[in-house]
Amino acid sequence: MEILVCARRVPDTSENEIVLNAEGSDIERDDLVYSINEPDNYAVEEALQVVARTGGTVTVVTVGGEDDEEILRREMAMGATHGVLLTDDCFAGSDGRGIAAILKAFVQRNKFDLILTGVQAEDGGAQVGGMLAAMLDYPFASLVNAIEVMDAGKLKISREIEGGNREISEIDLPCVLSIQTGINEPRYVGMKGIRAVASVPVPTYGAAELGIEPSTVGLAGAMVKRVDYFVPAAGKGAEMLGGSREENIEKLLELVAAKGGLK
Amino acid sequence: MARIFAYIAHHDGSIDDSAAELAVAAQKVDPTASPTAIVCGFGPALDLACESARSIYKEVWRIGNAALAYPNSELIRKAVVQILPAGSTILLPHDHFGIDLAPGLAIKMNGSFVPDVVGIENAGTNALQVIRQEYGGQVSAHVGCDISKGAVITVRPGAFRATSASVNGVVADQSTAVGALSARRRYLQTVLADAGDVDITKHAVLVSVGRGIQEKDNIGIAEELAEALGAAVSCSRPVVDAKWLEKSRQVGSSGKTVKPKVYLALGISGAFQHLAGIKGNAFIIAVNKNPKAPIFQVADIGIVDDILEFIPELTSKVRELQSVAAK
Amino acid sequence: MGIEINPTSYLAQGRTLFLLIHWIGNLSFAYIVARRLQPLLRAQRDPRFDRPLARLGNVAKFWFGQWKHPRYRLAGSLHILIFAGFLLLAMRAFTVLIVGVSPNFAMPGLTGRAGELYENATDYAATVVFLCMIFAIVRRVVFKPARYAVPERFGKAHTADAVFLLGLIGFLMAADSLFSGAKAVFLARQGLPDHLATVLSLPWLFKTALASASLSTIGALFFSAYLLHEIVFYFLLCYRPFGIQFHVETSLFNVYFAKLTKGTIKPVRWGIDDANLDHVKSFGVKSFEDFTWKHMLDFYSCADCGRCSDNCPSHAAGRPLSPRFLSLKARDYAFEHYPMFGKAGNGEALVGNLYSEDEIWSCTTCGACEAECPLLVEYIDKIVDLRRGLIDDGNVPQSLQKPLKSLESRGNPYGKMEKKRAEWTAAKDFKEACPVQVLDKKNGADTLYFVDSVTSYDARMQSIARATAKILNRAGVNFGILGSAEKDSGHEARRFGEETLFLALRDHNTEAIQKSEAARIVTADPHAYNALQHDYKDVPPVEHISQTIASALDAGAIQFKPIPANGKVFTYHDPCYLGRHNEIYDAPRHVLDAIPGLRRVEMERSRDRSFCCGGGGLMLFYEPKEDERIGVKRVRMAAEAGANVIVTACPFCLTNIEDAIKVAGLEAEMTAIDLAELAEQQLESDSPASTAEALPELERELIAGR
Repeated sequence: MEILVCARRVPDTSENEIVLNAEGSDIERDDLVYSINEPDNYAVEEALQVVARTGGTVTVVTVGGEDDEEILRREMAMGATHGVLLTDDCFAGSDGRGIAAILKAFVQRNKFDLILTGVQAEDGGAQVGGMLAAMLDYPFASLVNAIEVMDAGKLKISREIEGGNREISEIDLPCVLSIQTGINEPRYVGMKGIRAVASVPVPTYGAAELGIEPSTVGLAGAMVKRVDYFVPAAGKGAEMLGGSREENIEKLLELVAAKGGLK
Repeated sequence: MARIFAYIAHHDGSIDDSAAELAVAAQKVDPTASPTAIVCGFGPALDLACESARSIYKEVWRIGNAALAYPNSELIRKAVVQILPAGSTILLPHDHFGIDLAPGLAIKMNGSFVPDVVGIENAGTNALQVIRQEYGGQVSAHVGCDISKGAVITVRPGAFRATSASVNGVVADQSTAVGALSARRRYLQTVLADAGDVDITKHAVLVSVGRGIQEKDNIGIAEELAEALGAAVSCSRPVVDAKWLEKSRQVGSSGKTVKPKVYLALGISGAFQHLAGIKGNAFIIAVNKNPKAPIFQVADIGIVDDILEFIPELTSKVRELQSVAAK
Repeated sequence: MGIEINPTSYLAQGRTLFLLIHWIGNLSFAYIVARRLQPLLRAQRDPRFDRPLARLGNVAKFWFGQWKHPRYRLAGSLHILIFAGFLLLAMRAFTVLIVGVSPNFAMPGLTGRAGELYENATDYAATVVFLCMIFAIVRRVVFKPARYAVPERFGKAHTADAVFLLGLIGFLMAADSLFSGAKAVFLARQGLPDHLATVLSLPWLFKTALASASLSTIGALFFSAYLLHEIVFYFLLCYRPFGIQFHVETSLFNVYFAKLTKGTIKPVRWGIDDANLDHVKSFGVKSFEDFTWKHMLDFYSCADCGRCSDNCPSHAAGRPLSPRFLSLKARDYAFEHYPMFGKAGNGEALVGNLYSEDEIWSCTTCGACEAECPLLVEYIDKIVDLRRGLIDDGNVPQSLQKPLKSLESRGNPYGKMEKKRAEWTAAKDFKEACPVQVLDKKNGADTLYFVDSVTSYDARMQSIARATAKILNRAGVNFGILGSAEKDSGHEARRFGEETLFLALRDHNTEAIQKSEAARIVTADPHAYNALQHDYKDVPPVEHISQTIASALDAGAIQFKPIPANGKVFTYHDPCYLGRHNEIYDAPRHVLDAIPGLRRVEMERSRDRSFCCGGGGLMLFYEPKEDERIGVKRVRMAAEAGANVIVTACPFCLTNIEDAIKVAGLEAEMTAIDLAELAEQQLESDSPASTAEALPELERELIAGR
């Protein structure tokens, strides 16, 4: 099975303090540690496990610049067969639809049986997978937490729905799936592995090679644009108890009792 | 401005809380317009849902089709695309179904797509401005969105407080406008989560722990507090991911929805996916050592303290009060 | 009367038989040993042929001198007796065997008076060994010492095998004694001088018992005792390589080839230096043949005494690891896959089949097993090699992946920003009293204080850094820190198998240290100390703060004020990487004893018998399956010793012990403090009483992952 995983390099939220820069136009990026978007990493691990069963290759693709190559190398160190960078000045500022369009162009120049993305990135949009599928006219499923390969070009998948329940469906290949964290336990990628792929060539493709009309992507083609970043005023929020611990506990229990919470 | 629609999620005939919230959000997009509800399904359950919907929406479009008996996003997308007028704006809840349906729907409608919206500004214009959060809620962003050619907007559950306003709407059956539906993704069954030993949805008081509990061995102090209070221990997702508690204890959009009287959020940062699981006007008391934790935006009472020290003291105080009361 | 029959004439009838038995026995033994050597020939290389004098010294001390044995008084004494007996009896056994074929054989130098004395000595030796065998059997079967027990998951008890072997040796002694006794009777009957059968020895008992037996009976017993002796001797010889008794042969070699370098880990591949590691395709031990020949020899040499597991903190806590069975399982694997007849070896994966992952990750590398083993079997290198294999295959628990990744991206396992590494120096009250300079182009100093990650970033442990700085200041030491140029020492990264990451950290730090031009390094972190001392090359000499304080005390540079009489009883917990691995036991105690009025007690398990706190570095992130926390056990030991304050000289020990006190619910009865903190508190000052830095209720951001 030929699997494509669409990945993204993002600031690692658990290892960074996200603060606004002085102008408020962006977050402060100087000291940030970047890594592959966590759900995308789960997607790559899942792809590797699938091809371990079925044979085939795993290609990891990202839309970005030079800096984003590092996640491709990391996933190749993990076991992915190919890493591909889609880069062009005119891609900058793309909204979700723009990214999906760029990926679509790449997909159409190749043959993939299955396309995976992580369910969402740090912007919480969860959009690229679904859009890509619609553009390609492939069936789609989001929040996938289990994949079983059936015969005759079908998969049995499980989706995470409310209450911890799982929705089981059958889906035809080729399709697009967005992968939820926790689907597997991604293998460790050691420094040795990363060093080993440090000089493996990563093919890059731009708008021309992909046949993309620049005005349809990037900032120019975006229908949705971020205006600014801000930290909202605290608002009413909680009534903060400021006394000593003893005082806070007493007050807390008073309120709980008033709400009928003490037996 | 174009028509505004709201997709109504329903289960076994009862409509989701999001239905009322979407109505409020729709008003913010266009205060002059009256949003239309779209309800898809089949049979008596669909009828019940439409009945409920029309007490919130002045107009309800009913799409009944055997293929839609189970909400399959691929089929529903096909149905919706067929009946929506060009250039419409449709709102959906940003939940597991909205995530599944909305992006592809936006492409097929050729409209803009803005997901997980928590605030809406610039009402009544096509240059909509919304508020979104990024980086786990650490920063917010104003996002501009041109909805003149149509738009799909998903709304964060709970971001817009439903009003109790009630209308007497009309149900219009649009079933015949939808042709034959076939899908390349077919629903097989739903596997229910393990019941677990404790049903947290049935408790009036919940002692809920998050990542701040730090390790599995510390869960014990929460259990002692719960025991003293006659409550149950619940948790946020990271605690389940780390395998410190079973999935059946998880509160949140991918866990259980709870409606307790009192909810003690201990060492929980307040990610929205967790808060989405707390409904019914619970009295939320948050204890967290980070004064900037998002939970303090949402809680009723906030205490900045180290839960590993706070909880045992709280437990002894509870026991003290009980032994006094017993005399 | 004068029957001129030499007792050996009785033997003469069997000469051919005996010769045959010699041939079969020796050839079989040679064949068996050759088969046993086979996996060693396929194993990884291990250069152990250097420093012969040092190695011979080890042989003298540990093999001949049985140095480690008395650590278990009873079993140790038994073994010393048996071992001495064996050594003494060696030549006698040889003589006895030859005599059946060459009647008048006598060992050169053991003729005449010397020979008689030797006979007397060996009569007693055989008797003692015989009694020891009985004692040992009774001990095994009736008293069943706990450390011999076999946990269910590892199979059946070994008692039957043990009794069998002990019985055989006893039998051998008895047969030899019967042979001697019968011969003595015969000679006495002949009126010939009899220097055999020394009084009250076993041979003597037989002689007495046979005093009035008929000649033919004596002859028959003489012959059969000899035959049985020979058969059992060769049986034992050939049987020994099939079990733990192989240590009789291998122990000498195992001790000779034992590791001479303390505190450091073997390279990934001997003979390939760090710069060329890129050419090594596979790191670590994944299949049996990836072990070095010395490690395989270790497996053969394990005597199943259980002392290692008896002292292993992981085992005591109920984790899956038992060092004893790490060795025995590998030995059984070798026996199974390198059989006497048939195809050898199959390179199957060890982890998942022979070992579970948890077994391998459970080890805290405390070294108690190695400190205890009388045969100098090595464990830490093997565990690290197995971990290297797991890391290479990406098979790492999720709980460890995060800190490893943080080490790579941020130079510390907590994922905190590099620029905050020196934030501890900026604490308000501290900054004015004790400014700490960061060494760079403008600022130099001859002493570098290497803080390392936990002390730099953990809010609780930062007070150790401040205390250390204050002490250095007061002692007049001109020092500085590397600040954000410092990365984690990499000590645990290496011991968890991430060698490449370790090398990157080491190279970075080495460069930073060299650039600082410091002439010596001081650290309060024994893991950093161990790394700088043993894992790093080309860095200035390093000292632990306890040594610095001790020297400053002796030089009069600092003084301590008395401790108030408040009922506090202190006990010192030896950190593994300060004590056992680096033998720094006295300096910290010297410091404590220099505090006037300080009451100190010693825990039963102290110095090189210290019980690990649970492990440091990455071990703090690992989530083990265990019955009770290792740290909790240690806290109880302190309570048992009558202490209510545990003093330790390692930030990880302090973390684990403070945690354990809480988990055990002993906050009211026990506290813990770091040596540097205590010393700083007690520094005599001429300025108005400096309030000791109260241990504040600070946030513990250690593993919050923020």
